[in-house]
Amino acid sequence: MAVPDKHTQHKSKYTADRGIPGAFEGETVTRRRFMTGTAHTAGAIAAGAFTLPALGFAIGPIFKEPPHFWEDIGSTTDFTAENYTPVVITITQGIGEAGKSTAYVRKFNPAIDTDPYDRNTPYIAISTRCAHLGCPVRWVDAAERFICPCHGGVYNLLGQPVGGPPVRPLDRFPTRLTGDRVQLYSGRFSVNSELKRFSPRDPGEPLDGIGQYLYPSRPSAQK
Amino acid sequence: MPKLPKLPAPPLPAALQEPPPRPGEGNGTAGPLESAKEAGTTVVDWVDERTSLSGAGRWLMFRKVPKGTNWFYTLGSATMFAFLSQAVTGVFLAMYYRPDPSGGAYESIRYVTNDVFLGQFVRGMHKWGSSVMVVLVFLHMGRTFFFGAYKYPRELNWVIGVVLLILTMVMSFTGYLLPFDQRAYWATIVGVNINGLGPLVGPYLSDFLRAGPEFGATTLSRFYAIHMLLIPGALVALIGAHLYLVAKLGTTAPPWIKAEQNPELRKADA
Repeated sequence: MAVPDKHTQHKSKYTADRGIPGAFEGETVTRRRFMTGTAHTAGAIAAGAFTLPALGFAIGPIFKEPPHFWEDIGSTTDFTAENYTPVVITITQGIGEAGKSTAYVRKFNPAIDTDPYDRNTPYIAISTRCAHLGCPVRWVDAAERFICPCHGGVYNLLGQPVGGPPVRPLDRFPTRLTGDRVQLYSGRFSVNSELKRFSPRDPGEPLDGIGQYLYPSRPSAQK
Repeated sequence: MPKLPKLPAPPLPAALQEPPPRPGEGNGTAGPLESAKEAGTTVVDWVDERTSLSGAGRWLMFRKVPKGTNWFYTLGSATMFAFLSQAVTGVFLAMYYRPDPSGGAYESIRYVTNDVFLGQFVRGMHKWGSSVMVVLVFLHMGRTFFFGAYKYPRELNWVIGVVLLILTMVMSFTGYLLPFDQRAYWATIVGVNINGLGPLVGPYLSDFLRAGPEFGATTLSRFYAIHMLLIPGALVALIGAHLYLVAKLGTTAPPWIKAEQNPELRKADA
């Protein structure tokens, strides 16, 4: 009689057929398998119980929009329609100097601000965040250009790029008039090359063509 | 193990020389002097009996190295010692550093540099050591590449090495913000925006790094935690894996060393 090879022998999936003590009719899960599964499940639940909250804690800010606010930037007599006036604004509260930024503000000028969206804004407030990689641009009066010190980005009076690496115009802030005080909203918005408005994007992200889809709007920075 | 040669005995006349100890002398009750002499061996034996660590130590330290091994093979160890130097100086800098964006961070760095005894020296070691480490990582990588030491069966170690290179760069990036001066702030703004240029995921990665859409109240502490807790842990673990594979697989001979052929074997083959 040939010795049966245990690998070729068909083993029944029913515990009752395999003669395991205490087997039930129709039972397929052995106690060893059940205990192994229970231990693994318990371990996975215990690990998930601290991993998932910690991970959510770390990536939570991606889904949360920080509070924005209106801030006073001066009176109507402080700004002209022909030239920019720099104002220091707060974009993040509670961290002192590190939360401040500069905006260039001028009165709405129907001769050059032909974009229909701009008609609602009494003052044009241009963010100094360069649309290349976020360095602070400076308005150079003699050249009538915004110039970035880091990588040579140049923008015209409307904040549209006319030289260097920037991929879209400078961002803007909403403004409003309360009495004779000019107020600026700390939540900026981005514009494409036709000055059409988009929710704020980070510097370097183009908004023309497929740019607006490659660099989508995020939950943390809505219009 | 071959017997090591003994040091020559001092030239004393026989009458003054101490007689060598006889087996069984003291009948198992060693005197205090002998116990003290044996203390080191006793402690090591006690630990080894309970851990068997000496085998692992011999396996790691006393390996055969191929003919032609030269000074270029020390670049890996040099990188590791640069990392250890960064780890030690970093731990001590953390005793003074305050990740407070409203002025405290810069002030604590100013205090370390100007007022703490040897503070400028320790901070200088950490600052310049980071550049040294990056340079050494690249030299080590170049040695591995030009000597062909990334080939089978060492591909996985090359991959681990590349991850270690990336983690080293993340350390450099996150550490650059911590002094919180103008250079640190603007370099981080630019660096985070470069991160954001990855299509689709880039903007979210930037939000993760900044903890929000703008440089905010917790950006600095986030960089600090990544710099001193998250990445160092990963670095230590991966350096361990890297070293394990080096010990397991051995090192390669330089490419100019030809394999020695035994003419006898060649004859038998024909």
